[in-house]
Amino acid sequence: MNVTTIVNFIIGFLILAGALLFLIATFGVIRLPDVYTRNHAASKAATLGVMFVLLGTFLYFYSVEGHFNSRLILGIVFLFLTSPISGHLINRAAYNSGVKLWDQSVRDDLKEYHKKMQDDSSAD
Amino acid sequence: MAFQILLNVVLAFLWMFIKVAFDPISFIKGYLFGLLVMFLLRRFFRSRFYLYRVWAFIRLTFIFLRELVLSNIAIVKIVLKPKLDMRPGIFALETDLTKDWQITLLSSLITLTPGTLVIDVSEDNRTLFVHAMDIGEVEDEISSIKQTFEKAILEVSR
Repeated sequence: MNVTTIVNFIIGFLILAGALLFLIATFGVIRLPDVYTRNHAASKAATLGVMFVLLGTFLYFYSVEGHFNSRLILGIVFLFLTSPISGHLINRAAYNSGVKLWDQSVRDDLKEYHKKMQDDSSAD
Repeated sequence: MAFQILLNVVLAFLWMFIKVAFDPISFIKGYLFGLLVMFLLRRFFRSRFYLYRVWAFIRLTFIFLRELVLSNIAIVKIVLKPKLDMRPGIFALETDLTKDWQITLLSSLITLTPGTLVIDVSEDNRTLFVHAMDIGEVEDEISSIKQTFEKAILEVSR
């Protein structure tokens, strides 16, 4: 068992794990009950999945072809910069346009906050 | 911090001029030697030696990666469970961070770790409203975010 074999195993593991995470994220989008929980699965399990796939691709090109592809690293960085913002905006837009939480949700502090803000502004 | 980096670059160029070598390798060498000199003389700087801040940033990255993997496993467990018995909800997180970029960084990190997602920030920038996939004990949840991310961000900006 030499170094190349071990690296190949790592590459295979990374790409398979990424694909598996995509699959699970898809299950999550289908199964979960409301937009907020679905967004958890869609925006983040997928983030780690893309990271794994890109890392595997990067390692493959580096070890097999001897080519240091810095754009793959850039891809990971920009994904990490943009994906939380889209996730946050989708949820925020959903909440502000009145999409209900799942009926088994246990807690909603934001509702109280909005109510308090409204009471304050109507008291003025 | 900007002054210290500038000084470090000047020291690197000093090294290149002394060695009469103008390739990138000798710039890096000069930068590292300059870093060593600055580290030995660090108590004469008025601000904190900037390498501490770089180190804190690297620590923050690793904390983040650890949280990312751990909470992904948690999400996978919830999604693949035959029965959906999680208890989602929105809780309020009081934060001690004050600057805009710190709050942006904290909410990005919270959103990137699966299981928690920032929905809104209050008007006075003091409270983050976080939607959690499975609220166990809210106090535990809050203190774990405070212990890991908030502490690390404060360490970077100190």
